[in-house]
Amino acid sequence: MNDIVEGLLHALRLIVTLDGDLVEITLRSLRVTLTATAIASLIALPLGALLAVRRFRFRRATIAILNALMGLPPVVVGLIVYILFSRSGPFGVLGLLFTPTAMIIAQVIIIVPLITSIAHQALRDIWAEYHDLLISLGASGRQRVATLIWDGRRSLITAGLAGFGRGIGEVGAIMVVGGNIDHVTRVLTTAIALETGRGDFALALGLGFVLIGLAVSVNLIIHSLSGTEVGSRW
Amino acid sequence: MVGSVFPMTASGAVVRRGGQRLLGPIDLRLDGSGVTVIIGPNGSGKTTLLRLLHGLERCREGRVDWAVDRDSALSRQAFVFQTPIMMRRTVRENLVYPLRLRGASRADIAEKGDAWLKSVDLAAAGLQRASTLSAGERQKLSIARALIAAPELLILDEPSANLDSRSTREIERILTEQNKAGTRIIMATHDMGQARRLGDHVIFMLNGLVHEEGPAERFFKGAQTDAGRAFLAGDIVE
Repeated sequence: MNDIVEGLLHALRLIVTLDGDLVEITLRSLRVTLTATAIASLIALPLGALLAVRRFRFRRATIAILNALMGLPPVVVGLIVYILFSRSGPFGVLGLLFTPTAMIIAQVIIIVPLITSIAHQALRDIWAEYHDLLISLGASGRQRVATLIWDGRRSLITAGLAGFGRGIGEVGAIMVVGGNIDHVTRVLTTAIALETGRGDFALALGLGFVLIGLAVSVNLIIHSLSGTEVGSRW
Repeated sequence: MVGSVFPMTASGAVVRRGGQRLLGPIDLRLDGSGVTVIIGPNGSGKTTLLRLLHGLERCREGRVDWAVDRDSALSRQAFVFQTPIMMRRTVRENLVYPLRLRGASRADIAEKGDAWLKSVDLAAAGLQRASTLSAGERQKLSIARALIAAPELLILDEPSANLDSRSTREIERILTEQNKAGTRIIMATHDMGQARRLGDHVIFMLNGLVHEEGPAERFFKGAQTDAGRAFLAGDIVE
């Protein structure tokens, strides 16, 4: 219990004094995960909409696999990205290993199935409502996807936030591909793991509370900007 | 617009679902003017026939042909569903959606949007969410949305089902004006009064088949078949 109280106080102290290291790793955490979420959304939202509107041979299997991939073990993703980008790997020449870019790539791979799956479920319901109307109006495949994404944007924000939540709290993959290098690839989660390993539980907890506060703040800001959960609106 | 989509002909058209025949075989020819009303008891195939004509159902046997190719014919008709499908948008955005799909200019969208909102008496509700409208207002909006892109043919599936007499009268006014302006109308209805008021031509459906068809006046004065006469008399027809 003492550790938790001490952790809270430590978190407060770090925030109030605008600790340089904390600001740096917090900004890096945000940059990596927000970039990964944006890239993953660009891939996942149209994919979710396509799965909702298109009928093709292996559609059910694709959806089942995507749902299964939501639980993709981050460490395994990290390992695969590590092998691909290691010096002897096929993309080794790019020299991306132990950089924030490699961390973003790993997070994109982890987040895409989650956002796609949630987006597909949300858009499938809208497609059930709109199906006859859009067919009747002669909307093309691209117009159907665009319409579903626009009209389902509030549900899709939730999908994006779920992806952000998974990314910001992820440690396994980015530890492997980023290496937790001070001032280069250290982010909140890898710093927490490091401090826990060192036995500095108060600092680790302090960073943990900052991480939770960050995740909650981003969610609140996005909900507030998008106008969700406002009276009389969808 | 190049040429008319009419005449439309159905030749031995059959619609099946799950191996069961829902409609047909249908042999029918429709020309390009007036109002055709499709009547018949529940389950007689009225909605399926309308959906077939609009391309929402496909023939398992036979064919439906238009004077122009299928895609062109379907793009020049609009469908109003019995239960209006409201998009999760404002009234105005619902209304102008077909124009956006066709890539109309902003000025055209604004001008036609204003004109149609006024025409269906929804100008004050333009910025409201469509889901907040009453049933009658939703149906007026869905008719206006169907008409905004100036289709040659308007197909309606019981457009005034479950509406009060005031909303029904309002919808009939819109349909009459549009028909006078040259829009061909094909509609299903259970309301015999409405069928008499609007119809020039009647198709009486029974058990998935066209049981009787002809000029509305002749049908309502004296149907040619026993089932037609029984239906008009309000008897249960099977």
